[in-house]
Amino acid sequence: MKLLTHNMLRSHVTGVTKGFPLLIRADEVKLSNVDFNQDFVARMIPKLEWGALVEAADSLGHASDLPRELETGYENNEEFLRKVHHALLEVEVIEGALKCPESGTEFRITRGIPNMLINEEEP
Amino acid sequence: MPLPLPTLPAMYCSNMALSCKSGAGIKKYLLLLAQENCEFRVPEIKSLLSLYGGHFNNLQDLHSQSPFCILNLPSEEMARRLMKRTVCAKSLFELWGHGKTFTEFQQSIQNYPLEKMVPYLQPNSTYKIIIHAFNKTLTQKEKIVKIDALEFLPFKGKVNLHNAENIFYVLENYGSDPNNTPDDPYEIYFGRWIADGQRELINSYSVKKRHFIGNTSMDAGLAFIMANHARVKPNDVVFDPFVGTGGLLVSCAHFGAYVCGTEIDYSTAHGLGKATRMNQKWRGPDENIRANLRQYGLEKYYLDVLVSDASKPIWRKGQLFDCIITDPPYGIRESTRKTGTQKEIMKTELLPESHIPANLNYHLSDIFLDLLNFAAEFLVIGGRLVYWLPVYRPEYTEEFVPRHPCLKLISNCEQMLSSHTSRRLITMEKVKEFEEKDQYAHLREGQYLPYKGHNSFREKYFSGLTKRIAREERAKGEAQNTDGFTGKQNKA
Repeated sequence: MKLLTHNMLRSHVTGVTKGFPLLIRADEVKLSNVDFNQDFVARMIPKLEWGALVEAADSLGHASDLPRELETGYENNEEFLRKVHHALLEVEVIEGALKCPESGTEFRITRGIPNMLINEEEP
Repeated sequence: MPLPLPTLPAMYCSNMALSCKSGAGIKKYLLLLAQENCEFRVPEIKSLLSLYGGHFNNLQDLHSQSPFCILNLPSEEMARRLMKRTVCAKSLFELWGHGKTFTEFQQSIQNYPLEKMVPYLQPNSTYKIIIHAFNKTLTQKEKIVKIDALEFLPFKGKVNLHNAENIFYVLENYGSDPNNTPDDPYEIYFGRWIADGQRELINSYSVKKRHFIGNTSMDAGLAFIMANHARVKPNDVVFDPFVGTGGLLVSCAHFGAYVCGTEIDYSTAHGLGKATRMNQKWRGPDENIRANLRQYGLEKYYLDVLVSDASKPIWRKGQLFDCIITDPPYGIRESTRKTGTQKEIMKTELLPESHIPANLNYHLSDIFLDLLNFAAEFLVIGGRLVYWLPVYRPEYTEEFVPRHPCLKLISNCEQMLSSHTSRRLITMEKVKEFEEKDQYAHLREGQYLPYKGHNSFREKYFSGLTKRIAREERAKGEAQNTDGFTGKQNKA
């Protein structure tokens, strides 16, 4: 699971009001090389929940000094966009879980694939 | 940029300068379409032209089965961009003239402004002429006669059959009835070849050669058509809520979009379990969506695949996706499922880690309802939803196509499955911001009746009713000695 995906996911446990952002418990994190595409990253930034991205990257130890607050004028700042690219697309949780911030329900991540189904037989 | 025209009389040069000053103007092009998925062709061309800021000026009947289509386009640049995307068109030509008889054809070419021709007829250039007959096979001798008949054109260059700079085509249309080919063509066209379309993608992305496929993997040609109807463009985020083995994502990633999807079946999402191919029992370790993209050098466009139920709200609010492109399960070749709480439903223990909650049948009516609502909420404005709708043909009317106040119907193209069932490729565009009141708004309008309450399509498909009606129709058809019209439609 990439942090871009994490940035778009919420908990759908019944009764949860916001369910975002999901907490990450990572047992295995992999760094991969993905071709840098400046236009794509610049295009995605306004769609992100910036705080949640920095928090998530930080919790995995890969925030690479991303600022807590998004500054304007980033479109042509390649150095900054490369850092965002790394956090969004190159840091991947392979094994672990996503945890609902309100109910504590866990969604397992196996072989990089989160399982967002809720097992009805769990308490 | 002035063109070097050393051998031209001054008169033509001044003419050209004039026409340049008055703007390039609209030029006529001829598209040669493939005779496959005919209904999907014009919507594809329209979608692509709108993606590049053009629009489709059709001069012909939209439902025409003819492979020839004349287009007005503002620039050769746009024409080339169109051909970099289309899988429905084979080639595009700058149209210099056309006519129903040879005399008409010749006159039409002679009316084409000479200053537009001369840059391609220069003495220091090379050229060749190709004769293309549709619905007829011409002998080499006949072709040479037709080439010689073009002597009225001022070709100054040298013929080069292997590596010509300029390629000219004479295209002849002998109609669409293979059993009744006329001696002379119905229409003759002459044009300069501009570009070929992307037909070779159908072969290079063939499902036969793909690592990871399933029982219902989308044919490569249709997957590209879907991506074109959806106007997928570079740097888009494309989502498939019923992703399966990800065939639709492959075509979107080919066009430079970043892709993600959800799949309710744990084994499919992980590429585990039994293989789909003959002579192969279990899936190999590299059979998954990511590996499929890697196979085509597209892994950089992979975002994620999640195990999830398309009916559950797992996405935070926002216009997250540029396109939603999907082939929902109809319950014919795959089961339609969503998670639920019915205790009596069996729990599979195939894989220890696979935690499969109870599954409920997912009614077709609900699938489309959820899908349209989802698209209305999560698409960007101007973003498109492209999906397949199964249809029981004897009862079909346009009212069966689900609607939503935020989504405008763009196209609706039929693909036959059997004599009485088909599926329709529905393309919709988000035209209005989603508000809470729009949720399920369409329900109040009495939509979806044909799919409501029970899986009526599925029931009819399996009921034997289809077969019985087909038998009756056949008997009737034989009695009337029809001309094979239905047969042809079935082939499409």
